[in-house]
Amino acid sequence: MAEVLVLVEATRDFTVKKVTLELLTLARTLGSPSAVVFGASGAAAALADKLGEYGAEKIYAGEGDEIDGHLVAPKATTLAALVKRVQPAAVLLPSTQEGKEIAGRLAVKLDNGLLTDVVELTADGVATQPAFAGQVVVKSKVTRGIPIATVRPNSLTPTPAAASPQVEALEISLGAADTLAKVVDRVIEQKGSRPELTEASVVVSGGRGVGSGDNFKLVEELADLLGGAVGASRAAVDSGFYPHQFQVGQTGKTVSPQLYIALGISGAIQHRAGMQTSKTIVAVNKDAEAPIFELADYGVVGDLFKVVPQAAEEIRKRK
Amino acid sequence: MNIVVLVKQVPDSGSERNLAGDNTVERQSANNVINEMDEYAIEAALKIQEAHGGEVTILTMGPERATESIRKALSMGPDKAVHVLDDALHGSCAVATSKVLAAALGTLNPDLIIAGAESTDGRVQVMPHMIAERLGVAALTGARKLTVDGGTLTIERQTEEGYEVVTAATPAVVSVWDTINEPRYPSFKGIMAAKKKPVQTLALADLGVEAGEVGFAGATSEVVEHAKRPARAGGQKVADDGNGGVALVEYLSSEKFV
Repeated sequence: MAEVLVLVEATRDFTVKKVTLELLTLARTLGSPSAVVFGASGAAAALADKLGEYGAEKIYAGEGDEIDGHLVAPKATTLAALVKRVQPAAVLLPSTQEGKEIAGRLAVKLDNGLLTDVVELTADGVATQPAFAGQVVVKSKVTRGIPIATVRPNSLTPTPAAASPQVEALEISLGAADTLAKVVDRVIEQKGSRPELTEASVVVSGGRGVGSGDNFKLVEELADLLGGAVGASRAAVDSGFYPHQFQVGQTGKTVSPQLYIALGISGAIQHRAGMQTSKTIVAVNKDAEAPIFELADYGVVGDLFKVVPQAAEEIRKRK
Repeated sequence: MNIVVLVKQVPDSGSERNLAGDNTVERQSANNVINEMDEYAIEAALKIQEAHGGEVTILTMGPERATESIRKALSMGPDKAVHVLDDALHGSCAVATSKVLAAALGTLNPDLIIAGAESTDGRVQVMPHMIAERLGVAALTGARKLTVDGGTLTIERQTEEGYEVVTAATPAVVSVWDTINEPRYPSFKGIMAAKKKPVQTLALADLGVEAGEVGFAGATSEVVEHAKRPARAGGQKVADDGNGGVALVEYLSSEKFV
């Protein structure tokens, strides 16, 4: 069976991201999964157990300062050399900023087609992609080369399938243009215990109706009770209630959780663009005519400052 | 500093959008506007020009009607524009588009190329890196802050875990998110002046790109089919009678979330 290369995404303290496990699960339907790890020295060894647990038959490791100290160009160059050598059936990358950037460079280097924001990929290479804020569903395929696809987090459920992969170190052979963009500082900001927004299976978001940054505590409380991530609408971010990296929508993150709860969010197209492929949508809004109710599987017309604390209390009671 | 800003005309993201019969973006019936993120790129370029001098050029690839967006972009203050216009470009994939834009940039010899981080139609987010790959220059992408010190560019970019500071010497491609600045509104004077600013039109022949390398003929991927997603059926909607929070948890419990 031909190899399917999976670009591994992990945190800087070497925790494999859920999207990687999803990609390995998808890769098993297309061929023999090989994980490609790029990062600081020791990354592949630290990640190997988890990658094997989800079916990685091989692990390729591109490690060291040349890889880790620059933006994506050295990774793309190293990945392109690997593709030429092993002739995989497909290359799967996470549909994140870095995953897309590597995929874009890879496509140019190999003069190969590229599919982004994929939510399904069949063995014959047909990809399903939501387009235009999820209003349209597109099926497409690569017509030159192999499928190079970036796959959205939360597109499928990862399932384990034990394998015992060997780690193979990749030779890093870069051109002068690969090391032009140097990372001179990496600042890790204090992060709570909440799951990452795009990977969370529950997302609780607040909008303009939340009223202030302080009031976002309500949103956070409900998110924490449900083990979810916190999101915010553009209106809430523009009003300074919550930081930009949590913005869900056309100009923010696209999320597709099992459960999306919208609090005080009217549901403008800008916002719907980022969340309308969620499996179950719940809304609380005091305006009965708010467009969010057109999407919601369950909606409460009411004051979120009454409904949300009561809901939180009720969840606590049931725990 | 010689700055080129990439501008794309897109269907308004606030309106109903679809693909046309030939599986390309429906532009005929759409309300077409400048890609929102590109306005932040223009603003970033103008700020650098104000501080360091030089020239700002708009570069657009698109059909005839993209002229409207070019004039709109110029009304914010850039000096001139280049419009890559050729019927053979219709249906071009990202790989081919990057080839054409890189060829056009080759004729302009910029120190700095600024782009929006993504377009609101495709949201593919690959063009800055594809262009940098072809030109052999640095790409500093996803900037929320950009500073210029002589020939050195430094950006801050948001990551999932915090942020990175990345630096490169010019020439380079920089892409920006909407957190970088607040784009100016065109003044009346700017709108009047834009009508007289030079817009050079380039065809594929001017760029040394063959028609067969672009458009449907040269595409590396194809849309097999497209369909409107069935509208989500609105579900239950209840008015809070004082027990709305409990009712909400009942629902979450029935769906096994609690």
